[in-house]
Amino acid sequence: MRTLEQTSRRRFLGFAGSTAVLGAIPIVTVRPVEATPAMLATAIRNVVGEAPVRTGKVKLDVPPLVENGNTVPMTVSVQNAMTANDYVKSIHVFNEKNPQPNVGNFYLGPHAGRAQISTRIRLADSQKIVAIARLSDDSFWSATVDVVVTLAACTEEVI
Amino acid sequence: MASALINVPKRAKRGEIIEVKTLMSHIMETGYRHTASGEVVPRDIVTSFVCRYNGVEIFRADLFPAIAANPFITFFTVATESGKFDFEWIGDKGFAETASASIVVE
Repeated sequence: MRTLEQTSRRRFLGFAGSTAVLGAIPIVTVRPVEATPAMLATAIRNVVGEAPVRTGKVKLDVPPLVENGNTVPMTVSVQNAMTANDYVKSIHVFNEKNPQPNVGNFYLGPHAGRAQISTRIRLADSQKIVAIARLSDDSFWSATVDVVVTLAACTEEVI
Repeated sequence: MASALINVPKRAKRGEIIEVKTLMSHIMETGYRHTASGEVVPRDIVTSFVCRYNGVEIFRADLFPAIAANPFITFFTVATESGKFDFEWIGDKGFAETASASIVVE
Protein backbone atom coordinates (compact mmCIF):
# COMPACT_ATOMS: atom_id res chain seq x y z
CA MET A 1 0.00 0.00 0.00
CA ARG A 2 2.79 2.37 1.01
CA THR A 3 4.85 1.65 -2.07
CA LEU A 4 1.84 2.16 -4.29
CA GLU A 5 1.19 5.57 -2.80
CA GLN A 6 4.86 6.55 -3.26
CA THR A 7 4.80 5.55 -6.87
CA SER A 8 1.71 7.56 -7.59
CA ARG A 9 3.16 10.59 -5.86
CA ARG A 10 6.34 10.24 -7.86
CA ARG A 11 4.31 9.93 -11.03
CA PHE A 12 2.31 12.95 -10.08
CA LEU A 13 5.45 15.00 -9.43
CA GLY A 14 6.96 13.83 -12.67
CA PHE A 15 3.86 14.82 -14.54
CA ALA A 16 3.65 18.19 -12.75
CA GLY A 17 7.31 18.83 -13.54
CA SER A 18 6.95 18.10 -17.22
CA THR A 19 3.89 20.33 -17.56
CA ALA A 20 5.78 23.12 -15.77
CA VAL A 21 8.60 22.78 -18.31
CA LEU A 22 6.14 22.82 -21.19
CA GLY A 23 4.48 25.87 -19.74
CA ALA A 24 7.80 27.66 -19.40
CA ILE A 25 8.77 27.34 -23.08
CA PRO A 26 6.54 30.11 -24.48
CA ILE A 27 8.03 32.51 -21.92
CA VAL A 28 11.61 31.70 -22.87
CA THR A 29 11.23 31.86 -26.65
CA VAL A 30 11.00 35.32 -28.14
CA ARG A 31 7.98 35.69 -30.31
CA PRO A 32 7.36 39.43 -30.40
CA VAL A 33 3.79 38.65 -31.42
CA GLU A 34 3.14 37.02 -28.07
CA ALA A 35 2.07 38.52 -24.78
CA THR A 36 4.80 41.16 -24.60
CA PRO A 37 3.47 44.70 -24.14
CA ALA A 38 2.44 46.46 -27.33
CA MET A 39 5.16 49.12 -27.16
CA LEU A 40 7.90 46.52 -27.01
CA ALA A 41 6.39 44.63 -29.92
CA THR A 42 6.10 47.84 -31.95
CA ALA A 43 9.69 48.85 -31.22
CA ILE A 44 10.90 45.44 -32.34
CA ARG A 45 8.75 45.59 -35.49
CA ASN A 46 10.28 48.98 -36.32
CA VAL A 47 13.68 47.32 -36.46
CA VAL A 48 12.99 43.89 -37.92
CA GLY A 49 10.00 44.73 -40.12
CA GLU A 50 8.15 41.61 -41.18
CA ALA A 51 11.18 39.33 -40.90
CA PRO A 52 10.95 36.41 -38.48
CA VAL A 53 12.98 36.63 -35.28
CA ARG A 54 14.53 33.34 -34.23
CA THR A 55 15.80 32.47 -30.79
CA GLY A 56 19.47 31.59 -30.49
CA LYS A 57 22.99 32.69 -31.43
CA VAL A 58 22.65 35.72 -29.17
CA LYS A 59 23.87 35.73 -25.58
CA LEU A 60 22.56 38.43 -23.28
CA ASP A 61 24.43 38.78 -20.01
CA VAL A 62 22.61 40.76 -17.35
CA PRO A 63 22.63 39.95 -13.65
CA PRO A 64 19.34 38.16 -12.87
CA LEU A 65 18.95 40.07 -9.61
CA VAL A 66 19.73 43.79 -9.68
CA GLU A 67 19.94 45.90 -6.54
CA ASN A 68 20.18 49.29 -8.21
CA GLY A 69 18.34 49.80 -11.49
CA ASN A 70 20.30 52.97 -12.21
CA THR A 71 23.36 51.12 -13.47
CA VAL A 72 23.01 47.57 -14.66
CA PRO A 73 25.96 46.10 -16.54
CA MET A 74 24.92 44.38 -19.74
CA THR A 75 26.88 42.42 -22.33
CA VAL A 76 25.51 41.15 -25.60
CA SER A 77 27.53 38.71 -27.64
CA VAL A 78 26.60 36.97 -30.85
CA GLN A 79 27.92 33.62 -31.95
CA ASN A 80 29.35 34.48 -35.34
CA ALA A 81 32.61 34.03 -37.24
CA MET A 82 32.70 37.72 -38.25
CA THR A 83 34.10 37.13 -41.75
CA ALA A 84 33.65 39.41 -44.75
CA ASN A 85 30.65 37.41 -45.94
CA ASP A 86 29.08 36.41 -42.65
CA TYR A 87 29.00 39.01 -39.91
CA VAL A 88 26.76 40.79 -37.44
CA LYS A 89 25.37 44.05 -38.81
CA SER A 90 23.76 45.36 -35.68
CA ILE A 91 22.61 44.57 -32.17
CA HIS A 92 19.40 46.08 -30.79
CA VAL A 93 18.40 45.99 -27.15
CA PHE A 94 14.84 46.47 -25.91
CA ASN A 95 13.07 46.41 -22.58
CA GLU A 96 9.52 45.84 -21.51
CA LYS A 97 8.65 48.26 -18.72
CA ASN A 98 10.86 51.37 -18.91
CA PRO A 99 9.00 54.46 -20.15
CA GLN A 100 10.57 53.84 -23.58
CA PRO A 101 11.02 50.38 -25.11
CA ASN A 102 14.40 51.11 -26.72
CA VAL A 103 17.66 50.75 -24.83
CA GLY A 104 20.26 51.06 -27.58
CA ASN A 105 21.17 50.21 -31.16
CA PHE A 106 24.74 49.19 -31.86
CA TYR A 107 26.08 48.96 -35.40
CA LEU A 108 29.05 46.72 -36.10
CA GLY A 109 30.65 45.39 -39.23
CA PRO A 110 32.88 42.57 -40.47
CA HIS A 111 35.92 44.45 -39.10
CA ALA A 112 34.74 44.08 -35.50
CA GLY A 113 36.41 40.69 -35.15
CA ARG A 114 34.16 39.74 -32.29
CA ALA A 115 30.43 40.50 -32.13
CA GLN A 116 30.24 41.66 -28.56
CA ILE A 117 29.26 44.92 -26.90
CA SER A 118 28.96 46.01 -23.29
CA THR A 119 27.29 48.97 -21.68
CA ARG A 120 25.40 49.96 -18.55
CA ILE A 121 21.66 50.40 -18.63
CA ARG A 122 18.80 51.63 -16.48
CA LEU A 123 15.84 49.50 -15.48
CA ALA A 124 12.67 51.05 -14.10
CA ASP A 125 11.18 47.78 -12.92
CA SER A 126 11.64 44.04 -12.81
CA GLN A 127 11.18 43.10 -16.41
CA LYS A 128 12.18 41.32 -19.55
CA ILE A 129 15.11 42.47 -21.70
CA VAL A 130 15.39 41.45 -25.33
CA ALA A 131 18.51 41.59 -27.47
CA ILE A 132 18.17 41.14 -31.23
CA ALA A 133 21.04 40.73 -33.66
CA ARG A 134 20.84 41.39 -37.38
CA LEU A 135 23.24 39.30 -39.40
CA SER A 136 24.67 40.10 -42.81
CA ASP A 137 22.10 37.81 -44.48
CA ASP A 138 19.38 39.98 -42.83
CA SER A 139 18.24 37.21 -40.52
CA PHE A 140 17.33 38.18 -36.97
CA TRP A 141 18.27 36.29 -33.83
CA SER A 142 17.31 37.07 -30.30
CA ALA A 143 17.80 36.34 -26.62
CA THR A 144 15.56 37.25 -23.70
CA VAL A 145 16.44 37.60 -20.04
CA ASP A 146 14.18 38.28 -17.06
CA VAL A 147 15.65 40.63 -14.50
CA VAL A 148 14.45 41.35 -10.97
CA VAL A 149 15.15 44.93 -9.88
CA THR A 150 15.04 46.00 -6.23
CA LEU A 151 15.62 49.75 -6.61
CA ALA A 152 14.03 51.19 -9.71
CA ALA A 153 15.56 53.86 -11.94
CA CYS A 154 14.24 56.74 -14.07
CA THR A 155 11.17 57.81 -12.15
CA GLU A 156 12.47 58.99 -8.80
CA GLU A 157 12.11 62.62 -7.76
CA VAL A 158 14.89 65.14 -8.13
CA ILE A 159 15.52 67.06 -4.95
CA MET B 1 32.85 70.15 -18.61
CA ALA B 2 32.33 66.76 -20.00
CA SER B 3 35.28 64.51 -20.38
CA ALA B 4 35.99 61.13 -21.88
CA LEU B 5 37.96 58.12 -20.78
CA ILE B 6 39.26 55.86 -23.51
CA ASN B 7 41.01 52.54 -23.17
CA VAL B 8 42.65 51.18 -26.31
CA PRO B 9 45.76 48.97 -26.25
CA LYS B 10 48.87 51.00 -27.14
CA ARG B 11 50.35 48.15 -29.15
CA ALA B 12 48.81 45.22 -30.94
CA LYS B 13 49.82 42.54 -33.39
CA ARG B 14 48.42 42.81 -36.90
CA GLY B 15 45.12 40.99 -37.12
CA GLU B 16 44.66 40.84 -33.36
CA ILE B 17 41.16 41.44 -31.99
CA ILE B 18 41.33 44.32 -29.54
CA GLU B 19 38.78 45.67 -27.09
CA VAL B 20 37.94 49.37 -27.11
CA LYS B 21 36.45 50.77 -23.90
CA THR B 22 34.91 54.24 -23.75
CA LEU B 23 33.32 56.27 -21.01
CA MET B 24 31.81 59.72 -21.43
CA SER B 25 30.99 61.83 -18.42
CA HIS B 26 27.35 62.85 -18.86
CA ILE B 27 24.27 63.09 -16.65
CA MET B 28 21.97 61.23 -19.12
CA GLU B 29 18.85 62.94 -17.72
CA THR B 30 15.98 60.75 -18.85
CA GLY B 31 13.25 63.35 -19.20
CA TYR B 32 10.96 61.21 -17.06
CA ARG B 33 11.92 62.62 -13.68
CA HIS B 34 10.07 65.34 -11.81
CA THR B 35 11.22 67.94 -9.32
CA ALA B 36 9.55 68.14 -5.91
CA SER B 37 7.28 70.87 -7.30
CA GLY B 38 6.11 68.58 -10.08
CA GLU B 39 7.94 70.04 -13.08
CA VAL B 40 9.41 67.61 -15.57
CA VAL B 41 13.20 67.73 -15.78
CA PRO B 42 13.90 68.10 -19.51
CA ARG B 43 15.67 65.29 -21.31
CA ASP B 44 19.42 65.70 -21.68
CA ILE B 45 21.11 62.59 -23.05
CA VAL B 46 23.84 61.54 -25.41
CA THR B 47 21.98 60.29 -28.48
CA SER B 48 24.74 58.95 -30.65
CA PHE B 49 28.26 57.63 -30.44
CA VAL B 50 30.61 56.96 -33.34
CA CYS B 51 34.09 55.46 -33.49
CA ARG B 52 36.33 55.85 -36.54
CA TYR B 53 39.57 53.98 -37.11
CA ASN B 54 41.85 55.95 -39.43
CA GLY B 55 38.82 57.81 -40.71
CA VAL B 56 36.67 54.74 -41.38
CA GLU B 57 33.59 54.24 -39.23
CA ILE B 58 33.92 50.95 -37.34
CA PHE B 59 31.26 51.31 -34.65
CA ARG B 60 28.16 53.40 -34.10
CA ALA B 61 25.51 53.41 -31.40
CA ASP B 62 22.13 55.09 -30.92
CA LEU B 63 21.56 55.72 -27.25
CA PHE B 64 18.27 56.14 -25.40
CA PRO B 65 17.36 57.33 -21.88
CA ALA B 66 17.67 53.71 -20.75
CA ILE B 67 21.47 54.02 -20.96
CA ALA B 68 22.91 54.73 -17.52
CA ALA B 69 24.58 58.02 -16.60
CA ASN B 70 28.17 58.37 -17.84
CA PRO B 71 27.62 56.10 -20.84
CA PHE B 72 30.14 53.28 -20.85
CA ILE B 73 30.42 51.42 -24.13
CA THR B 74 32.85 48.70 -25.09
CA PHE B 75 33.26 46.90 -28.38
CA PHE B 76 35.86 45.02 -30.39
CA THR B 77 37.76 45.62 -33.58
CA VAL B 78 40.61 44.06 -35.54
CA ALA B 79 43.93 45.90 -35.36
CA THR B 80 44.76 46.34 -39.04
CA GLU B 81 47.30 49.15 -39.13
CA SER B 82 48.90 51.78 -36.93
CA GLY B 83 46.90 54.93 -36.59
CA LYS B 84 44.25 56.74 -34.70
CA PHE B 85 40.83 56.04 -33.23
CA ASP B 86 38.50 59.02 -33.22
CA PHE B 87 35.48 59.02 -30.94
CA GLU B 88 32.51 61.33 -31.14
CA TRP B 89 29.53 61.77 -28.84
CA ILE B 90 26.53 63.86 -29.85
CA GLY B 91 23.60 64.66 -27.61
CA ASP B 92 20.76 66.95 -26.58
CA LYS B 93 21.25 70.68 -25.98
CA GLY B 94 24.05 70.83 -28.56
CA PHE B 95 26.26 68.37 -26.72
CA ALA B 96 29.26 67.36 -28.84
CA GLU B 97 32.48 65.87 -27.58
CA THR B 98 35.41 64.17 -29.27
CA ALA B 99 38.34 62.12 -28.11
CA SER B 100 41.05 60.12 -29.79
CA ALA B 101 43.55 57.38 -29.09
CA SER B 102 46.45 56.06 -31.10
CA ILE B 103 47.62 52.52 -31.65
CA VAL B 104 50.82 50.97 -32.96
CA VAL B 105 50.28 47.79 -34.95
CA GLU B 106 53.29 45.55 -35.45
